[in-house]
Amino acid sequence: MLRDPVVHRKTLSNSSTPRSPGVRRKLLAVSSGGGHWVQLLRIKRAFEDCEVIFVTVHESYRAQVSEHKFYVVNDANRWTKLALLKSAWRLAWIIWNEKPDIVLSTGAAPGYLALRFGRIIGARTIWLDSIANVEQLSMSGDRIGHCADLWLTQWPHLARPDGPHYIGSVL
Amino acid sequence: MIFATVGTQGKFDRLIRTVDEWAGANGRADIFAQTGPSDYQSQHIRAERFVDPTEFRKHVQAASLVISHAGMGSIITALELGKRIIVMPRRASLGEHRNDHQLATAKRFAEQGRIAVAFSEQELVKKLDQLQVFDNTARFSPQTSPHLISTIRTFIETGHVRFENGDASC
Repeated sequence: MLRDPVVHRKTLSNSSTPRSPGVRRKLLAVSSGGGHWVQLLRIKRAFEDCEVIFVTVHESYRAQVSEHKFYVVNDANRWTKLALLKSAWRLAWIIWNEKPDIVLSTGAAPGYLALRFGRIIGARTIWLDSIANVEQLSMSGDRIGHCADLWLTQWPHLARPDGPHYIGSVL
Repeated sequence: MIFATVGTQGKFDRLIRTVDEWAGANGRADIFAQTGPSDYQSQHIRAERFVDPTEFRKHVQAASLVISHAGMGSIITALELGKRIIVMPRRASLGEHRNDHQLATAKRFAEQGRIAVAFSEQELVKKLDQLQVFDNTARFSPQTSPHLISTIRTFIETGHVRFENGDASC
């Protein structure tokens, strides 16, 4: 697994820079396939004022967000190390090139990696743990949550004072 | 029409076979199934391994009933389009998934009464027998919590949000 970024984000942070009116924030929205993607689309309204770039794992999803920039990364989970590495390389490239102000994910592995890289470039990070995780947080969620700026669960019984917080769900 | 789906992650022949046999026993010729990477030869239902998301939504839209594994993509889409859904969770012990989180998801949603859950093939047949006689009236389709939307939006704009039990900021 990747280690914590060496450079402390506060020193690089661009998220606190005041913006001139009319300049839209750039938000990278990342998810793997199936339910993770469907949940990402369910919260799309929250970032309609941003310039949104979607990153997911199936080319066939492009049509659902045709008005936005769209990247595909290969699907990866912690069981397939090589796929994870390829995914990491591609995400690092995307984030370096796009320099988003905010990185948001609904999981799983690609979102974890994206939040890690996002932090390195000083982006604000948001993790919404999948509604499928009802007994415990997802593996990626538990690992990334502590260093996400906003860490949310969709089940009240999983919320804790230091995060994840519960404020509602996609259903 | 009935739409059966097992998602994209792997085959789930236990579900497809049960639906296929039930279709044969009940003379239902209006069932379409998305089977994943499966070699199962269905006798009574039309089947395709994969459908793209746009097509997937069309099938759910056209269906009066959705039968699915306990994957959130299928559950959310069915609820979103106001469809009745029966789910049968995949089981790790049968090699159908890496772990049993579908079992937990299914239990929790069943408790809330939003979906019907069959924990075995026998239960699925029973639920299908009960549900096929129901009408096709539109059902409650849930919205994403407005508070969730507004909190994420506020955080994007300001970098701060307040919680009852502590604040998040960056």
